[in-house]
Amino acid sequence: MSDDSLLKTPFYEMHVSAGGKMVPFAGYSMPVQYPLGIMKEHTHTREKAGLFDVSHMGQAYIRSKNGGDPALAIEALMPSALAVLKPGKMRYSVLLNDEGGIEDDLMVTRTFEPEGTLYVVVNAACKDKDYDILEEKLGDKITLEPLDDRALLALQGPKAEEVLASLAPEVADLSFMEATMVTLEGVVCWVSRSGYTGEDGYEISVPSDEAPAFAARLLANEDVEWIGLGARDSLRLEAGLCLSGHDFDGSVSPVEANITFALGKKRRETGDFVGADRILKELSEGADKVRVGILPDGRAPAREGTDIVDPNGTVIGKITSGGFGPTFGGPVAMGFVPKNLAVEGTKVQLMIRGKVHGATVAPTPFVPQRYKRKQS
Amino acid sequence: MTKYTEDHEWIEADGDIATVGITDYAQKALGDVVFVELPEVGAAFSAGDEVAVVESVKAASEVYAPLDGEITEVNGDLEGDPSLVNTAPTSNGWFFKMKLSNTGDLDGLMDEEAYNEHVAGLE
Repeated sequence: MSDDSLLKTPFYEMHVSAGGKMVPFAGYSMPVQYPLGIMKEHTHTREKAGLFDVSHMGQAYIRSKNGGDPALAIEALMPSALAVLKPGKMRYSVLLNDEGGIEDDLMVTRTFEPEGTLYVVVNAACKDKDYDILEEKLGDKITLEPLDDRALLALQGPKAEEVLASLAPEVADLSFMEATMVTLEGVVCWVSRSGYTGEDGYEISVPSDEAPAFAARLLANEDVEWIGLGARDSLRLEAGLCLSGHDFDGSVSPVEANITFALGKKRRETGDFVGADRILKELSEGADKVRVGILPDGRAPAREGTDIVDPNGTVIGKITSGGFGPTFGGPVAMGFVPKNLAVEGTKVQLMIRGKVHGATVAPTPFVPQRYKRKQS
Repeated sequence: MTKYTEDHEWIEADGDIATVGITDYAQKALGDVVFVELPEVGAAFSAGDEVAVVESVKAASEVYAPLDGEITEVNGDLEGDPSLVNTAPTSNGWFFKMKLSNTGDLDGLMDEEAYNEHVAGLE
């Protein structure tokens, strides 16, 4: 079954021939799972190495128009320490609106270009919106150059280093949140040690024309399997990572979303970003509601949209991501609760299909993250 | 004789007691089952009522009562091992047994040949 209005990534034919079940996602035809199935794909990634097609995500260069630092320009809309990024270093950040709400989250990397050009990766469903916001608000200072001729692969799991280093030994030297240019099989790629599964691994930006052959080379390793969107979601949920448009949207601040690690220390002092009034106030006083991890009692998964209720049955919050954690071995969820309940161990109630189920506020990640951080 | 519904349930009747589960086609479409919510024993349902919920890693799906009747037994093994629905959908992965209000209703369901044709039409 195909839908001609959907976009295809350079790996589309490979997904289909690998038995991928293709579904519409953010305007693209993407594999939700392969014959292995979500559970085994999830476990394979945690035990070996999973290969994800994330080419639907938006890759772009951000260049300065006036010779200044493009990172300094985008700091007006992003509260992280970006201007201090040295070449080959990257940060997770958020794109804020005037009210301090999160329009999207993204990765910002300093390239090795002398002009201090940035390489950013944004969510598929948000890329047009993000590019419009950057253009509209910062168009006089920066140019945004979408890299439409690039595919993006994520190779995630404990075997990722061994697999990729067999093609380019230097990738073993990268630490978490570092990036470099690498020639892989004669193709110049931009490789970062990052991902969104909680595992060690890499994201590899590769020219579209060369991308299928490169993926085939990775898949020739018996430790590597294609992994679909289904397992990508269960992996990031277990890792306690936010999904844009679900765990936050333009109404939710970074303090509410509990991603204050994205707020740079100096940036908090200077408050030189949009929505700083609200965000700094919430930092000092606490936000009214906060995203927390939630462990449902029993076996029933609590899906996105499930109401969190108080003992009287009054709705006090909502599950924003939830499902079954294959590695955790039970249901896991994240959602927003009033700040007085955002304490580990607090008992809450979930309304699942009209029945009250107990649950407990719990720390995230649900499964330990295994990033290869720099030894200092 | 095993009967089938368009919603991919199988029904094996012994007198007026019908054992109900989901077909191999259904379990494949659902993927890895992680939870099954079963009805209360004694509860009465009309054909088409939502009687159970089966959850895979990715989503929850309803299971409908194939015919009018009252639940007499549920498969407690599914609580500890919901994957039985994947590994043995038409045997150990059964969902519930119901006492049919009218065994004649069985005649309105599909036989295996008709069900296979129904499935072939979906692919």
